[in-house]
Amino acid sequence: MTDIAADSFSITSSDARARNARALDSSRLRARYGAEKRFRVYGAAAIVFGLVFLAWLFGSLVIQGTGAFRQTQIRVAVELDAGELGLSGTPDREALEKAEYQAALRASLRKTLGVGSDRGERRDAYALLSNGADLEIRSRVLADPSLVGKTINLWLTAGADVDTMLKGNISRDVPENKRRVNNRQIAWLDKLAADGRVGRHFNANLFTKGASSDAELAGMGVAIVGSLYMMVVVLLVALPIGVAAAVYLEEFAPRNRWTDVIEVNINNLAAVPSIVFGLLGLAIFLNVFGMPRSAPVVGGLVLALMTLPVVIIATRAAIKAVPPSIREAALGVGASRMQVITHHVLPLAMPGILTGTIIGMARALGETAPLLLVGMVAFVVSQPATPFDPATALPVQIYMWAGASERAFVERTSAAILILLAFLITMNATAVILRRKFERRW
Amino acid sequence: MSLSMTLTVIVALALAGFFAGRARALMVVQGRAQELHSRPQYYGWVVALTAALPALALLALWSVGHDSVIDGMVRGGLPADVRALPTDKLGLILTTIDNLAHGRAVAGEVPDYARAAAARSTSLVATSRWIAFALCVALAIGGFLVAYRTVAPPMRARNTVERVMLSALMACSAIAVLTTVGIVFSMLFETLHFFSLVSPLDFFFGTVWDPRFAAAGSNDSAGQFGLLPLLWGTIFISLIAMLVAVPVGLMSAIYLSEYASRAVRAWVKPLLEILAGIPTVVYGFFAVTTLGPLFRDIGGGLGLDISATSALTAGVVMGVMIIPFVSSLSDDIINAVPQSLRDGSYALGATHSETIRRVVFPAALPGIVGSVLLATSRAIGETMIVVMAAGIAAKLTVNPFDSVTTVTVKIVSQLTGDLEFNSPQTLVAFALGLTLFVVTLGLNVYALYIVRKYREQYD
Repeated sequence: MTDIAADSFSITSSDARARNARALDSSRLRARYGAEKRFRVYGAAAIVFGLVFLAWLFGSLVIQGTGAFRQTQIRVAVELDAGELGLSGTPDREALEKAEYQAALRASLRKTLGVGSDRGERRDAYALLSNGADLEIRSRVLADPSLVGKTINLWLTAGADVDTMLKGNISRDVPENKRRVNNRQIAWLDKLAADGRVGRHFNANLFTKGASSDAELAGMGVAIVGSLYMMVVVLLVALPIGVAAAVYLEEFAPRNRWTDVIEVNINNLAAVPSIVFGLLGLAIFLNVFGMPRSAPVVGGLVLALMTLPVVIIATRAAIKAVPPSIREAALGVGASRMQVITHHVLPLAMPGILTGTIIGMARALGETAPLLLVGMVAFVVSQPATPFDPATALPVQIYMWAGASERAFVERTSAAILILLAFLITMNATAVILRRKFERRW
Repeated sequence: MSLSMTLTVIVALALAGFFAGRARALMVVQGRAQELHSRPQYYGWVVALTAALPALALLALWSVGHDSVIDGMVRGGLPADVRALPTDKLGLILTTIDNLAHGRAVAGEVPDYARAAAARSTSLVATSRWIAFALCVALAIGGFLVAYRTVAPPMRARNTVERVMLSALMACSAIAVLTTVGIVFSMLFETLHFFSLVSPLDFFFGTVWDPRFAAAGSNDSAGQFGLLPLLWGTIFISLIAMLVAVPVGLMSAIYLSEYASRAVRAWVKPLLEILAGIPTVVYGFFAVTTLGPLFRDIGGGLGLDISATSALTAGVVMGVMIIPFVSSLSDDIINAVPQSLRDGSYALGATHSETIRRVVFPAALPGIVGSVLLATSRAIGETMIVVMAAGIAAKLTVNPFDSVTTVTVKIVSQLTGDLEFNSPQTLVAFALGLTLFVVTLGLNVYALYIVRKYREQYD
């Protein structure tokens, strides 16, 4: 600024030079105002860039992902002929469980489509339906054994390729040899659609099933349960330990070198890359303690260690916000320091503590990298009964599906991301509401 | 007798101790609680704690020691010729015995002595659990009785309970330190193991990364573990990310704190911060399915060869993720510059943007540099985006359109296979992890140092 000031004061009294300077000034002023305007535009552009990217990200996820919440199904009139099912007499439950549903389904499908004995034609016909379609029939029959011998109209899950094509994710204009659904199958599908036998229904598999190499049978069920277990472990480990540590540091710790070390430590832990916590989990929990691989309890412990600094920092802030007058009043009526904290300070700090914990847990829920190292990348088909059984987690399932090559998995990955984001938004919204509702100004 | 059963019994005894102790405290003063030194529940707590704590400590010790003792006994019971086998074969047999004892499937022929050892191991485990149960419960009952008998009006129960609570609080705050110690030591230990197999010079100054996964385990698989290509990939991608994040983040921070109206600020700031809350795996997926193909197509149109997984894609997406870190930290710092500096500048005739560029920005610079360094350390440690979008080929290249790989990618890829745990292929991940830890820690400490050292003290 100093040279600008010097410039403007060095104008002499000469008229000509003054006029000259004025002309110069006005053009310089224009330039300066231009720079001002440009600067402002840069700022606005930066914000627009960020917001456009955010909108693009969400938009593309919603566009790609919403389709996966509905699954194409084909209505087939299934003849549950006892002979075809391999049943005789009045079958008991075991016989019903082992019956030949696939044979019955295939026979009915051939009849519906009018397929002859050509093997290629038959294979194409069978490929229209999912590999798991016979299990859907089985569960119906097991629920109601009197269906044997009758013909029932059932909506059965279509194969992933059929599903992808009917949703328009693969164009019909692609040459036949580059398509996974051939012309014969398309002709059948058109005919079935004309008969009202093709429809889209809510995709319950997406929320209940576990891993599967067939996209139409793959679901987030195991991942949701696994993530739930991990969040419970995080809550049970990080909240009590974090609150206790914060209470000690804030209320009892003497100011000395040791507490300084702890303090610096906690701040640095919050900035350690998450994958390093994965290495810690692998080296300590799996190799030293011999805990099971792929178990949500190990993943939960690793995430709990990651969340611990967040809880400690939030709790300390919340405790600091409780005014000293409350402490002094309690001490004045004869409470011990421990009683002051457990009876007065902690209850008043609770909303702040919970808000911090929920935000920390939301971050832990979206964390993937450390879980990869403790073996949560696993192909788990059945629901884990306890936190010690193998499971996956929501973000890990997303990572695994993102690596799958079938086109049908792209849609499902986006849907899985939408589910994860829904969980995260719910948690963060809870935290915000909690803060708004219980925030107190002293 | 299972562990959980023992635990349940101890907890039940402690619970009983609480109620018994409280009742006894009230009983000895005939219900006149004011004659007690402490409130009645503190006497309950004393009884409960004396019952539970020693028993729990014994149980914990037992659980830690139990496996290795039984292991030693089973091993000692094996025939002498089996015990004389080389370590790797013996290890195989011990694994078989372990699997048999836990009822897991065992492949191949099982020798008789292994079956016998498995049976012995099972019976030893059962005996050990019974002994543990008996000892712990006896200890709990003993503690219960001793404490119960000492309950008397002058007993300073509250002080005892509070001392125990205070030590528990201290222990909890030590866990935060223990975590760091655990991180450092677990990685240091494995890293030293790795350096006993591969020379540190080859690791830190090697320019070729070729761990030879396929031949892992066999003796002729030397493999080359040069850190430099990975480090370069990390730095390169972080550089691209910072080229996106610093201008955008800084300009949005300036706009929000200097130009934007209150309403705009209230809406835009949280929206931008969503970018930091989105899980990184989501960014990775977006980079792979949307941005990568887009860049490839644009590059194809311009005659450039951009691979689908490139440093550019990963860097740009990572940069977007980091925008909120830069912007919210800078925002705070810009807001901390006192208004008097701005007013002085306006009074000299400077325009708004001149004031920002020549007064506010220099005053805020140390803080901004600090925030940029913190954001850089975040970029270096970021894993999922690069795992999904940057590729796996370790190359020393300056072409942003080529795929490069990073330290974090290799940590993940070295540890997600089924590898034996003492091969250099696996151990190198810990050396990489330690390098990463040291680099990010150094950046964080340096950032804090800069902020502290150059901070302008106003008022």
